[in-house]
Amino acid sequence: MPVEYWLIFILIVMIIASIAALEMEDILSSIVAIGVVGLGVSLSFLFLQAPDLAIVQFLFEIFAVIILVRAFLKKDYHKEKPSTINKVLAGITVITLAAIFIFSISVFELLPPFGEPLMTTSQYYLDNGAKDTGAVNLVSSIILDYRAYDTLGEVTVLFTAILGAFTILRIKSKSKKDNSELSHASK
Amino acid sequence: MHQNSGMTLIVKTVTRISVWMILLYGIYIIFHGHLSPGGGFAGGVIIALAFLNVMLAYGRKFTSDWLNISFLHDVEAASATLFLVIGILGLSIGGAFLANFMTKGELFALISSGTILPLNIVIGIKVGMSLFLVVWVLAGSKAVKGE
Repeated sequence: MPVEYWLIFILIVMIIASIAALEMEDILSSIVAIGVVGLGVSLSFLFLQAPDLAIVQFLFEIFAVIILVRAFLKKDYHKEKPSTINKVLAGITVITLAAIFIFSISVFELLPPFGEPLMTTSQYYLDNGAKDTGAVNLVSSIILDYRAYDTLGEVTVLFTAILGAFTILRIKSKSKKDNSELSHASK
Repeated sequence: MHQNSGMTLIVKTVTRISVWMILLYGIYIIFHGHLSPGGGFAGGVIIALAFLNVMLAYGRKFTSDWLNISFLHDVEAASATLFLVIGILGLSIGGAFLANFMTKGELFALISSGTILPLNIVIGIKVGMSLFLVVWVLAGSKAVKGE
Protein backbone atom coordinates (compact mmCIF):
# COMPACT_ATOMS: atom_id res chain seq x y z
CA MET A 1 0.00 0.00 0.00
CA PRO A 2 1.50 3.38 -0.90
CA VAL A 3 2.24 5.97 1.77
CA GLU A 4 -0.53 8.33 0.66
CA TYR A 5 -3.30 5.84 1.49
CA TRP A 6 -1.89 5.28 4.97
CA LEU A 7 -1.73 9.05 5.48
CA ILE A 8 -5.34 9.50 4.37
CA PHE A 9 -6.41 6.69 6.72
CA ILE A 10 -4.56 8.29 9.66
CA LEU A 11 -6.07 11.68 8.79
CA ILE A 12 -9.60 10.25 8.86
CA VAL A 13 -8.92 8.63 12.26
CA MET A 14 -7.57 11.96 13.57
CA ILE A 15 -10.61 13.88 12.35
CA ILE A 16 -12.97 11.37 13.97
CA ALA A 17 -10.98 11.54 17.23
CA SER A 18 -11.02 15.33 17.31
CA ILE A 19 -14.78 15.41 16.70
CA ALA A 20 -15.14 12.87 19.53
CA ALA A 21 -12.96 15.04 21.79
CA LEU A 22 -15.20 18.02 21.16
CA GLU A 23 -18.48 16.18 21.51
CA MET A 24 -17.85 13.96 24.55
CA GLU A 25 -19.24 15.22 27.82
CA ASP A 26 -16.75 13.42 30.07
CA ILE A 27 -13.48 15.39 30.27
CA LEU A 28 -11.27 12.32 30.86
CA SER A 29 -12.67 10.64 27.74
CA SER A 30 -11.99 13.70 25.64
CA ILE A 31 -8.40 13.83 26.98
CA VAL A 32 -7.96 10.26 25.72
CA ALA A 33 -9.41 11.28 22.34
CA ILE A 34 -6.91 14.15 22.12
CA GLY A 35 -4.19 11.58 22.83
CA VAL A 36 -5.40 9.60 19.79
CA VAL A 37 -5.01 12.74 17.64
CA GLY A 38 -1.42 13.20 18.82
CA LEU A 39 -0.66 9.53 18.18
CA GLY A 40 -1.94 10.00 14.62
CA VAL A 41 0.43 12.94 14.10
CA SER A 42 3.32 10.80 15.39
CA LEU A 43 2.39 7.89 13.09
CA SER A 44 2.15 10.16 10.06
CA PHE A 45 5.63 11.53 10.80
CA LEU A 46 6.82 7.93 10.89
CA PHE A 47 5.23 7.23 7.50
CA LEU A 48 6.83 10.39 6.06
CA GLN A 49 10.22 8.97 7.15
CA ALA A 50 10.95 11.49 9.90
CA PRO A 51 11.71 9.22 12.89
CA ASP A 52 13.30 12.01 14.95
CA LEU A 53 10.12 14.06 14.86
CA ALA A 54 7.99 10.97 15.43
CA ILE A 55 9.87 10.06 18.63
CA VAL A 56 9.62 13.59 20.05
CA GLN A 57 5.95 13.91 19.11
CA PHE A 58 5.11 10.53 20.65
CA LEU A 59 6.91 11.31 23.93
CA PHE A 60 5.36 14.74 24.21
CA GLU A 61 1.95 13.25 23.62
CA ILE A 62 2.48 10.92 26.59
CA PHE A 63 3.72 13.87 28.62
CA ALA A 64 0.73 16.07 27.78
CA VAL A 65 -1.80 13.31 28.47
CA ILE A 66 -0.19 12.59 31.86
CA ILE A 67 -0.32 16.29 32.81
CA LEU A 68 -3.95 16.63 31.69
CA VAL A 69 -5.07 13.46 33.49
CA ARG A 70 -3.19 14.51 36.62
CA ALA A 71 -4.86 17.91 36.50
CA PHE A 72 -8.39 16.57 36.05
CA LEU A 73 -8.22 13.32 38.03
CA LYS A 74 -9.19 14.69 41.43
CA LYS A 75 -11.71 17.25 40.22
CA ASP A 76 -15.26 16.53 41.27
CA TYR A 77 -16.72 17.63 37.96
CA HIS A 78 -15.89 15.24 35.15
CA LYS A 79 -19.06 16.16 33.33
CA GLU A 80 -19.30 19.38 31.40
CA LYS A 81 -22.48 20.92 30.12
CA PRO A 82 -22.52 20.99 26.31
CA SER A 83 -22.12 24.52 25.05
CA THR A 84 -25.01 26.12 23.21
CA ILE A 85 -24.03 27.25 19.70
CA ASN A 86 -25.51 29.91 17.50
CA LYS A 87 -26.54 27.80 14.49
CA VAL A 88 -26.49 30.69 11.98
CA LEU A 89 -22.93 31.67 12.92
CA ALA A 90 -21.78 28.05 12.84
CA GLY A 91 -23.29 27.61 9.37
CA ILE A 92 -21.57 30.77 8.08
CA THR A 93 -18.24 29.55 9.49
CA VAL A 94 -18.59 26.13 7.84
CA ILE A 95 -19.50 27.69 4.46
CA THR A 96 -16.56 30.14 4.65
CA LEU A 97 -14.08 27.39 5.53
CA ALA A 98 -15.39 25.17 2.72
CA ALA A 99 -15.02 28.06 0.24
CA ILE A 100 -11.45 28.73 1.37
CA PHE A 101 -10.65 25.03 0.99
CA ILE A 102 -12.12 24.82 -2.53
CA PHE A 103 -10.29 27.94 -3.70
CA SER A 104 -6.97 26.75 -2.24
CA ILE A 105 -6.94 23.41 -4.09
CA SER A 106 -5.07 25.07 -6.97
CA VAL A 107 -2.45 26.27 -4.44
CA PHE A 108 -1.84 22.71 -3.28
CA GLU A 109 -1.17 21.67 -6.88
CA LEU A 110 1.70 24.17 -7.00
CA LEU A 111 3.55 22.39 -4.20
CA PRO A 112 6.56 20.32 -5.28
CA PRO A 113 6.06 16.54 -5.24
CA PHE A 114 7.05 14.53 -2.18
CA GLY A 115 10.81 13.99 -1.86
CA GLU A 116 11.83 16.79 -4.23
CA PRO A 117 12.57 19.91 -2.19
CA LEU A 118 12.67 23.32 -3.84
CA MET A 119 15.65 24.65 -1.91
CA THR A 120 19.23 23.85 -2.84
CA THR A 121 20.33 24.34 0.79
CA SER A 122 18.91 20.98 1.83
CA GLN A 123 20.72 19.33 -1.08
CA TYR A 124 23.98 20.83 0.24
CA TYR A 125 23.26 19.34 3.67
CA LEU A 126 22.55 15.94 2.14
CA ASP A 127 25.77 16.00 0.11
CA ASN A 128 28.22 17.39 2.65
CA GLY A 129 26.60 16.88 6.05
CA ALA A 130 28.39 13.70 7.08
CA LYS A 131 31.74 14.93 5.77
CA ASP A 132 31.53 18.37 7.39
CA THR A 133 30.35 17.40 10.85
CA GLY A 134 31.20 13.72 11.28
CA ALA A 135 27.64 12.95 12.42
CA VAL A 136 25.74 10.21 10.60
CA ASN A 137 22.33 11.51 11.70
CA LEU A 138 21.75 14.53 9.46
CA VAL A 139 18.99 16.00 11.64
CA SER A 140 21.38 16.05 14.57
CA SER A 141 24.15 17.63 12.48
CA ILE A 142 21.81 20.39 11.29
CA ILE A 143 20.30 21.32 14.66
CA LEU A 144 23.58 21.13 16.61
CA ASP A 145 26.18 22.19 14.06
CA TYR A 146 24.86 24.11 11.06
CA ARG A 147 22.10 25.83 13.03
CA ALA A 148 23.31 25.67 16.61
CA TYR A 149 22.20 29.28 17.22
CA ASP A 150 18.66 28.06 16.73
CA THR A 151 19.15 25.42 19.42
CA LEU A 152 20.68 28.03 21.72
CA GLY A 153 17.52 30.09 21.36
CA GLU A 154 15.41 27.01 22.07
CA VAL A 155 17.35 26.28 25.27
CA THR A 156 16.96 29.92 26.33
CA VAL A 157 13.20 29.81 25.75
CA LEU A 158 12.91 26.64 27.84
CA PHE A 159 15.04 28.15 30.63
CA THR A 160 12.98 31.35 30.71
CA ALA A 161 9.69 29.45 30.72
CA ILE A 162 10.73 27.30 33.68
CA LEU A 163 12.04 30.35 35.52
CA GLY A 164 8.72 32.13 34.99
CA ALA A 165 6.63 29.13 36.07
CA PHE A 166 8.73 28.67 39.21
CA THR A 167 8.56 32.35 40.13
CA ILE A 168 4.81 32.75 39.68
CA LEU A 169 3.80 29.49 41.36
CA ARG A 170 6.23 29.97 44.23
CA ILE A 171 4.88 33.45 44.96
CA LYS A 172 1.36 32.02 45.01
CA SER A 173 2.12 29.22 47.47
CA LYS A 174 4.27 31.49 49.63
CA SER A 175 1.53 34.11 49.97
CA LYS A 176 -0.95 31.36 50.82
CA LYS A 177 1.40 30.11 53.55
CA ASP A 178 1.81 33.65 54.91
CA ASN A 179 -1.93 34.05 55.09
CA SER A 180 -2.37 30.82 57.02
CA GLU A 181 0.40 31.82 59.43
CA LEU A 182 -1.22 35.20 59.94
CA SER A 183 -4.58 33.63 60.65
CA HIS A 184 -2.90 31.27 63.15
CA ALA A 185 -1.24 34.23 64.85
CA SER A 186 -4.47 36.17 65.06
CA LYS A 187 -6.17 33.20 66.64
CA MET B 1 5.60 5.94 56.55
CA HIS B 2 5.06 6.11 52.82
CA GLN B 3 2.98 2.95 52.71
CA ASN B 4 -0.28 4.76 52.13
CA SER B 5 0.85 7.41 49.64
CA GLY B 6 0.98 6.79 45.91
CA MET B 7 -0.55 3.88 44.07
CA THR B 8 -0.89 0.16 44.89
CA LEU B 9 1.89 -2.31 45.67
CA ILE B 10 1.81 -3.79 42.15
CA VAL B 11 2.45 -0.42 40.53
CA LYS B 12 5.22 0.34 43.03
CA THR B 13 7.03 -2.95 42.44
CA VAL B 14 6.84 -2.65 38.66
CA THR B 15 8.01 0.97 38.85
CA ARG B 16 10.97 0.02 41.05
CA ILE B 17 12.27 -2.28 38.30
CA SER B 18 11.22 -0.38 35.19
CA VAL B 19 12.40 3.11 36.15
CA TRP B 20 16.06 2.19 35.81
CA MET B 21 15.46 0.66 32.37
CA ILE B 22 13.62 3.81 31.23
CA LEU B 23 16.49 5.95 32.52
CA LEU B 24 19.01 3.74 30.71
CA TYR B 25 17.02 3.99 27.49
CA GLY B 26 16.96 7.79 27.79
CA ILE B 27 20.72 7.88 28.30
CA TYR B 28 21.18 5.59 25.28
CA ILE B 29 19.03 7.88 23.12
CA ILE B 30 21.04 10.93 24.22
CA PHE B 31 24.44 9.32 23.62
CA HIS B 32 23.48 7.96 20.19
CA GLY B 33 21.87 11.20 19.02
CA HIS B 34 24.43 11.67 16.24
CA LEU B 35 24.17 8.05 15.03
CA SER B 36 20.49 7.15 15.17
CA PRO B 37 17.15 8.99 15.40
CA GLY B 38 16.56 10.68 18.71
CA GLY B 39 19.01 13.05 20.29
CA GLY B 40 19.15 15.30 23.32
CA PHE B 41 15.56 16.51 23.26
CA ALA B 42 13.91 13.09 22.95
CA GLY B 43 16.26 11.50 25.50
CA GLY B 44 15.62 14.33 27.92
CA VAL B 45 11.87 13.80 27.68
CA ILE B 46 12.37 10.07 28.40
CA ILE B 47 14.40 10.91 31.53
CA ALA B 48 11.73 13.37 32.68
CA LEU B 49 9.08 10.68 32.15
CA ALA B 50 11.09 8.24 34.30
CA PHE B 51 11.17 10.71 37.21
CA LEU B 52 7.49 11.47 36.60
CA ASN B 53 6.79 7.74 36.81
CA VAL B 54 8.31 7.63 40.30
CA MET B 55 6.30 10.69 41.31
CA LEU B 56 3.03 9.16 40.13
CA ALA B 57 3.66 5.74 41.66
CA TYR B 58 5.14 6.70 45.04
CA GLY B 59 3.65 10.15 45.68
CA ARG B 60 5.20 13.58 46.18
CA LYS B 61 6.54 13.02 49.68
CA PHE B 62 8.72 10.05 48.76
CA THR B 63 10.02 11.80 45.63
CA SER B 64 11.00 14.96 47.48
CA ASP B 65 12.95 12.77 49.94
CA TRP B 66 14.58 10.76 47.15
CA LEU B 67 15.48 13.68 44.88
CA ASN B 68 16.87 17.01 46.00
CA ILE B 69 14.55 19.34 44.10
CA SER B 70 16.59 22.50 44.58
CA PHE B 71 19.68 20.61 43.40
CA LEU B 72 17.78 19.60 40.24
CA HIS B 73 17.02 23.27 39.71
CA ASP B 74 20.73 24.08 40.01
CA VAL B 75 21.63 21.32 37.54
CA GLU B 76 19.05 22.65 35.09
CA ALA B 77 20.45 26.18 35.25
CA ALA B 78 24.04 24.91 35.06
CA SER B 79 23.36 22.89 31.91
CA ALA B 80 21.97 25.98 30.17
CA THR B 81 25.19 27.77 31.11
CA LEU B 82 27.31 24.83 29.89
CA PHE B 83 25.78 25.21 26.42
CA LEU B 84 27.04 28.81 26.35
CA VAL B 85 30.45 27.72 27.68
CA ILE B 86 30.82 25.24 24.80
CA GLY B 87 29.81 28.01 22.40
CA ILE B 88 32.40 30.41 23.78
CA LEU B 89 35.05 27.65 23.71
CA GLY B 90 34.22 27.32 20.00
CA LEU B 91 34.74 31.08 19.65
CA SER B 92 38.17 30.98 21.30
CA ILE B 93 39.45 27.75 19.68
CA GLY B 94 37.55 27.37 16.42
CA GLY B 95 37.13 31.03 15.53
CA ALA B 96 33.33 31.28 15.52
CA PHE B 97 30.64 31.05 18.18
CA LEU B 98 29.52 27.41 18.56
CA ALA B 99 32.15 26.30 16.02
CA ASN B 100 32.84 22.56 15.87
CA PHE B 101 36.33 22.66 17.36
CA MET B 102 36.78 19.05 18.54
CA THR B 103 38.02 16.15 16.42
CA LYS B 104 35.53 14.90 13.83
CA GLY B 105 36.52 11.27 14.39
CA GLU B 106 35.39 8.36 12.29
CA LEU B 107 31.91 8.01 10.81
CA PHE B 108 29.58 5.59 12.69
CA ALA B 109 31.82 5.63 15.78
CA LEU B 110 30.45 6.71 19.17
CA ILE B 111 33.23 9.26 19.70
CA SER B 112 32.80 11.30 16.56
CA SER B 113 31.17 14.47 15.26
CA GLY B 114 33.05 16.84 17.61
CA THR B 115 30.88 19.10 19.75
CA ILE B 116 27.58 17.49 18.76
CA LEU B 117 27.87 14.77 21.42
CA PRO B 118 28.58 17.14 24.38
CA LEU B 119 25.84 19.51 23.19
CA ASN B 120 23.43 16.57 23.00
CA ILE B 121 24.28 15.55 26.58
CA VAL B 122 23.83 19.12 27.85
CA ILE B 123 20.47 19.49 26.09
CA GLY B 124 19.32 16.09 27.40
CA ILE B 125 20.05 17.07 31.02
CA LYS B 126 18.44 20.48 30.48
CA VAL B 127 15.23 19.16 28.94
CA GLY B 128 14.87 16.29 31.41
CA MET B 129 15.24 18.46 34.50
CA SER B 130 13.09 21.28 33.08
CA LEU B 131 10.10 19.15 32.14
CA PHE B 132 10.17 17.23 35.43
CA LEU B 133 10.35 20.49 37.41
CA VAL B 134 7.43 21.95 35.45
CA VAL B 135 5.23 18.98 36.32
CA TRP B 136 6.48 19.10 39.92
CA VAL B 137 5.57 22.77 40.32
CA LEU B 138 2.20 22.43 38.60
CA ALA B 139 1.22 19.39 40.70
CA GLY B 140 2.38 21.19 43.85
CA SER B 141 0.28 24.24 43.22
CA LYS B 142 -2.70 21.97 42.65
CA ALA B 143 -2.21 20.32 46.04
CA VAL B 144 -2.03 23.70 47.78
CA LYS B 145 -5.17 24.87 46.02
CA GLY B 146 -7.14 21.78 47.01
CA GLU B 147 -6.74 22.43 50.73
